[in-house]
This record gives sequence, structure tokens and C-alpha cells, in this order.
Amino acid sequence: MIIRIRKLRKVYRVGVERIHALRGIDLDIERNEFVAIMGSSGSGKSTLMNIIGCLDRPTSGTFELDGRDTGTISVRDLAIARNSWVGFVFQSFELLPRMTALQNVELPMIYSKSGWRTRRQKAKQALDRVGLSDRITHRPSQLSGGQKQRVAIARAILNTPTVLLADEPTGNLDSATTREIMELFEQLHDEGQTILVVTHEKDVASHCGRVIVLTDGLIASDTKQQRNTPAMVGTEPC
Amino acid sequence: MLNPFFYLQAVFLALGQIWANKVRSVLTTLGIIFGVWAVTTVVAAISGVTTMVLGEFEALGGSKMFIFPDRPDDAPRNKYPWEMIRLKPAELHALAEHCPSIIGITPQTTLGATIQHGVRQREGVKVTGIWPDWHEIERRTTLIGRPFMGIDEDDARQVCLVNEDAIGELGLDTDPTGQHIQINTRRFLIVGLVENEKESMFDQSTTGTEVFIPFATAVKLQRPQFFFMIIMKLKGPEVVDEAKAEAKFVLRQARKLGPGDPDTFEIFAADEFIEGVQKVANILTVGGACVVAVSLLVGGIGIMNIMLVSVSERTREIGLRKAVGATPAAILMQFLLEAITLCIAGGLIGIGAGEATAFALSNIPGIGLEQAAVPWWAIVMSFSFCAVIGVMFGMFPAIKAARLDPIEALRHE
Repeated sequence: MIIRIRKLRKVYRVGVERIHALRGIDLDIERNEFVAIMGSSGSGKSTLMNIIGCLDRPTSGTFELDGRDTGTISVRDLAIARNSWVGFVFQSFELLPRMTALQNVELPMIYSKSGWRTRRQKAKQALDRVGLSDRITHRPSQLSGGQKQRVAIARAILNTPTVLLADEPTGNLDSATTREIMELFEQLHDEGQTILVVTHEKDVASHCGRVIVLTDGLIASDTKQQRNTPAMVGTEPC
Repeated sequence: MLNPFFYLQAVFLALGQIWANKVRSVLTTLGIIFGVWAVTTVVAAISGVTTMVLGEFEALGGSKMFIFPDRPDDAPRNKYPWEMIRLKPAELHALAEHCPSIIGITPQTTLGATIQHGVRQREGVKVTGIWPDWHEIERRTTLIGRPFMGIDEDDARQVCLVNEDAIGELGLDTDPTGQHIQINTRRFLIVGLVENEKESMFDQSTTGTEVFIPFATAVKLQRPQFFFMIIMKLKGPEVVDEAKAEAKFVLRQARKLGPGDPDTFEIFAADEFIEGVQKVANILTVGGACVVAVSLLVGGIGIMNIMLVSVSERTREIGLRKAVGATPAAILMQFLLEAITLCIAGGLIGIGAGEATAFALSNIPGIGLEQAAVPWWAIVMSFSFCAVIGVMFGMFPAIKAARLDPIEALRHE
């Protein structure tokens, strides 16, 4: 079991109001699963994502990542946990504009204890895995949207994370590029990577082996499916 | 601790950031640049003036020491009669022999004499008895003829030196060597011509005929209990204290003074003047440094301001760095290093400008700053002060960055 969540609650305080973002979630995710987390805005999917990504801590309940409870560790140890066990992919790529693709990919290893050579070598390997070995000296402004997201994915897999978290990874991409990126995720999944994708696009979710739908801070449905199941695609509202 | 490469990367990042915002960075560091420029220029000017004044002292009497007979204060005259306190030739020889910190010694005794050359006669001319070292100590060499030598003293020869004014006043030849003059009743051979006393910035000397004779010869012309003083040249200004102690020891021993007895002589070193000059220069330097420190503080506030702007401009970057595993300490260090880099870059420009100004000042003739130069300690001091300013004023923005919540930061527009 890679992710084990029990009775997870998260309460935010905005002024005197309390917002219950998560109201008691139980969830288990196995190694090498490819999970989509769906839900309308305000359903709590981002909060869940932040807790799984060690960016935030639950108000109550437990969250164990690969057997380690993150509920009580310090801010510094959370940062170290993110560095070693989590890889993030964001909707707007979040590449640093002044750095080359290679330097962007190297970034997580700047904050871990690794030598210059290893870092360079691993960053090149990661770029190779996402098919961008010919773009290492390009800056983000010289790359297309799909290429930027590939660089971001290379950065996320650099430290071989326990779990790869993608928050609306295709939100800023057209449909052809979306397919490309999702195929890349599938490829990484086939190589053994555990992946969680937060999305509201059913098209994207159809690439995943399991779809969890959140509503009002609770799990509304949790279904396993064959990858690329057209059944889900057919129910698309648009 | 952090990856050592991280620091290097942070410095490069900071340089990149500065380069990307050239105009802004220059405007920001202007306070620092002007502050450091001012401090280096002021220090250079003060050190130039000090060097020049000390050089004048050196020429006048630097590294010289004088010994006079001196009756202890409030002591009854009959307890310390003149015969007891006056310097004696034996003491002079003892000093010459037992003071390792000196490189030259001469007695100096003056008498007013009647000088006659042919039909010309002058009364009350200054005749001075000296040792050969006098030339070296007073920096007065012979223009024509030869200086005094050991043999003149040893044999108490009837030879003399005259100065340039004597030629006219006594009607001597332009080259007076070989001519004779009569001092009181004795006949002396002129062996050399010495320069008139030089004028310095500290005293306008009165010139006129001067005649110099060997000290041993002068002793014969003097009354029995005559007065003389001793002038010594030191190895250097740094041995003043040693030289004083040696002379004091030798004289007290020669005079058989007990441990409780006061000195019956006075030792006076010209270097004491120099210490005074140095002290004034130090006060000026410290005063200037204080004024400049205030301007550097103002510069530091500029740095803090721009760092705060930088932190809020780069909130998303900070969020991302945190998401990929940067600890608060790493973020703090990154922004701190950026502030320090800004300050040090400003400091370097300031030092460069200061050096250039000092060079320019030293090349303007007639303002007495030919020796203006930025001393190394001023460079080290400005540099470390800039780093301290960087840490002081970079800390607050850096802490602000380190405390950002990564989720909020990534949502920042």
C-alpha cells in the first residue's frame, strides 16, 4: 500500500467561518495504480491533492505515504518528504523562465544531497524519457505548451518519486497535445510509476485505471476501469 | 546542511537576477556605491595628507632623539649642582657605545666667537662643535671639500667647516677649502663648505655665518663647565621606546643614580610629534567612517526595499521551489545571498570608483595629495561592511520568502 488514508478531515478557517474541505475520507492506493481524482470545484479534490503531496497537513485523521505518517512531522521534514517521495506536475507548468530545460529539470536535486555529475546525468535521462533530449538547452519561452509540460514531467520524475501528482496537467493544452501528454503518463505508468491525476476532464480520466469522484469533501464514487474505456467518454456533457 | 552546489547556484541565480534587472539593480545599489565611494575617497585623502605631513617630519627630525641636562623639578639647587647634571664627554662616549638602537650620535655645543679673515672681522659668530655623525643626522653634507672624519675628532685638529653665507660675510673664495680663518686667537684650516640650513614647513631658519669645528677642539675653546646637548639618530621610528630606555639606563648608570633618584637629564624624541599627527588622522578617519556608515545604512534600506519587491514578484517561483522540496532554510539562504551579492557588487563598484578618485587626486599637482591611496584595510572594511549590510537588510525579505505557504504561493497571480 502506497497511500493509506483514514478518516481524513481538513477544516479551513476563513474569518469566523469554518470550511470543511474534507469530511472524513478513507482511501487506499496501491503501488503502480493510475488514479484520476475528479469533482467539481469546491469538492475538496485540491485539498486532498495537497495533503497527499505533503504540501499540507490534515486537521484530523491519518495519511500514510509508503508507511510513513506525515501528520506530525515538521515543515522542514515535509519539504524533505516532497523532495524524495513526491513529483508534481501543474496546470501552468511552473517552469522558471530564465533557466534552460535541463536546469529546470535539475531543480529538485539542488535541494537534495547529490553530486553535480549525478544530477546532470539523471536530468538528461529524465528528459530522454519524456522525449526531449534534443531540447535540453532551450528556455521555456522557446518551447511549445506540450514540450513545457514534458519538461515539467521530467522534473517530477527526476527523484523517482513514490507518487507522481498531476494537478489538471492538460488544462492549458489543446486536445492533440492532451493526448500526447496522457500517453506519456500511460508510458510512465507502464514502467511502474504510481500516478494521481486531478482533473475535471472525463477524456483525461479515461486514460486512468481508477476514477475517484469527490463531492462536498466526501468520496462519491470509486470505480476501477479498463484504461481508455470509451464508456466514460460517452457520458461527457459537452 | 545544504548541497554545497546550492550556494554556487544561488549566487549565479542572484547574478542572473541582477543582470535581468540592470537598471533597477544599479539604482538600488546606488546608495551602497556612493557610500563606499565616499569612504574610500575620504580615507585615501586622509592617508595622503598624513603621509605627506609625516614625510615632512621625517625630513625635519623624524627618528631623532635629543638629550639635555635637566635639574629635577622642585629640587634644591644645591642638591643638584650644575657640575652634577651637565652632560660630560665620558657619558657621550658611553651612550655611543651602549645604545644598540641608534645609528648615529653627535654632541652639539655652541660658542660665540670672533672670526677674522684677512682684514674682515665678525663678532659673536655661531661656532658649533660636532662629531662626524652630525652630517648624517642633520642631513647636511659638504658641497665642496670633505666632511668631518674620525681623525679630526681624535686629534682635536684645528680644522673647520663653513656654510655658504660665510663666503660673502667673511670675503672667502667661492671654494674656501685650503684658506685659513682665525677663531678667537687660533688659526683654523677650512676643509669643507656645507649648505645653509634648509627651510622646512615648520620653521623659517635664520641663516648667517656658521662655523663648525670638531667637538674635541671646541672643548678646548670652552669654559670648564660648558653646556652641550646630544642628538642621536634612531634605527627607525619603531624603536623609539627601546632607544629611550637604553639611553636612560646608560646615563643613570654613568651618574650612579639609585632606584629612587629622579633623572638628572631629559630625553626627547621627535617621534612623539608623529604620534600626535597620527592620532589626529585617526580621529578624522573614524569621524568620516561614522558619517559614511549612515549613508551605507540608507543604502541598505534601498536593498531591503528591492528585495521585498523581488520576493513578491517571485512568489510563484518560491512556491514551486518549495513544492519540489526546498526547505525554508534553503529559500532563506537564496534570498539572503541575493541581497549580499547586490551589496557586494555595489561595494566593488564603490571601491573601484574610490580607487579611481584617489588616483585622480594624487595626480592633481599643488593640492598636497600626491600620496593619496586607498589603504588595504579600508578595502577590507568596506567590503565586510557591505556584506553585513546585505545580511542585515536582506534578512527580513528572506524570512518573508521562507515563510510563504507553498500552496498560497503557487496560486499567486
